Amino acid sequence: MTLQVSISKVLPGFTLDVSWEVGNELAVLFGFSGAGKSMTFRMIAGVMVPDRGLITLDNRVLFERPSGTDLSPQERSLGYVFQDLALFPHMTVMENIRFGGHGKNRKLLDGEARMLVRRFHLSGLEGRFPSQISGGQQQRVALARALMRHPKALLLDEPFSALDAPVRAEMQQLVKEVQQELSIPVVLITHDLNEACGIADRMIVYSSGRVIQAGTPAEIVRHPFAAEVEQLVSYRIGLCEQKLCPC
Amino acid sequence: MDGSAWFSLRLSLQVASAATLLVFVAGLAVAYLLAMKDFRGKEAVDMLFTLPLVLPPTVTGYYLILLFGRNGLFGRPVFEATGWSVMFTWQAAVIASFVVALPLMIKTARAAIESVDRNIIVAAYTLGHSRFTTAVKVILPLAKKGIIAGTVLSFARAMGEFGATLMLAGNIPGRTDTMPLAIYTLAGSGEWSSAHILVAVFTVISGAFLYIANIYGKKAVI
Repeated sequence: MTLQVSISKVLPGFTLDVSWEVGNELAVLFGFSGAGKSMTFRMIAGVMVPDRGLITLDNRVLFERPSGTDLSPQERSLGYVFQDLALFPHMTVMENIRFGGHGKNRKLLDGEARMLVRRFHLSGLEGRFPSQISGGQQQRVALARALMRHPKALLLDEPFSALDAPVRAEMQQLVKEVQQELSIPVVLITHDLNEACGIADRMIVYSSGRVIQAGTPAEIVRHPFAAEVEQLVSYRIGLCEQKLCPC
Repeated sequence: MDGSAWFSLRLSLQVASAATLLVFVAGLAVAYLLAMKDFRGKEAVDMLFTLPLVLPPTVTGYYLILLFGRNGLFGRPVFEATGWSVMFTWQAAVIASFVVALPLMIKTARAAIESVDRNIIVAAYTLGHSRFTTAVKVILPLAKKGIIAGTVLSFARAMGEFGATLMLAGNIPGRTDTMPLAIYTLAGSGEWSSAHILVAVFTVISGAFLYIANIYGKKAVI
């Protein structure tokens, strides 16, 4: 399974022009805020239209311009976890997860949702509303809901930014496990080098709407190509000492 | 209350209920369209539907006569085909109430629908749900309070409709004299005791509806 992205879009004061490919691995889009990472996700998910380019998933064209293909978000088979999670506040935990599923067999959907509830340690919270559970639990609901769709790729937009350190580590581990179990491309956005080093098989470094370097965390940290990358990884020394980052 | 007062009360409730039902269906559809779709002339459409909120009721009534009168745009073909005209019937009172109550529903429901977090709507789309399913299961339930508030306000407005109803349905005792019209007649003929009772009943009913609208409308913006 491969997610291939080669898109560009010109906006007033900002131009996005990126090209990258992610296989069955956990890739991190890394860079300062405003570099175009979330915009890339919105275009992959089909909620924003690039000016031109190509997006394919598992050899299926999701978007191609100028040829004209532009599948709707409903047709793209992607799991998308938003930065603010976008849980449905009027639905319980169980209803949120079930809403991610499709098909007429209610029993099958219920069974699948229950399995995800157990898998994501949400047992006992099925009847609660998102406002009644913690941030970490909300993250797990959002992830479970995205997986109910059996996505062919998973997009996670800064999913851990609002979490405390211990919960964050637990969630990172969970995402890693999910990626290995499902063996699909998982792309995660972060501007936290610690997180990127800890979780990524590959890092794609964004700056001002462009990809300025891509490689393993070790390659990026040890051999930054450009001044911007050097600036982004400049605080790696502390992380080296804590053995959080390859140095 | 005597028989004619009971008739006016019953007629007002009947007219307001029928008008509110129509307002709910049409108002929600228009509000959803205005809140969710971008199209040329969108604000002009909003202005057109909102106009009865600011026009004098007699002007609204005048337009309704131009549309539904025997020589009106819609009224003439109906009269020529059936020999029947909606003018001076209780259905005319429903049309008048519908037109003046519609803007309240559109304004309130549109604001409620627009206040639904766009990311939540997009999340439903990325989960593979159609626009219709998303509207029914996500957008409308989240805008529920504003929609209920708009419906209740529309009912209260329809109950209180006077000017446009007078123009289109007339004030025919035992036929089209809704409560506001009956009160007008009683006050004009100096029957103060009957007028007092009708005014008190009307105030209590309208107050109750406003109270309900306030409870549900806490999150809705008019």
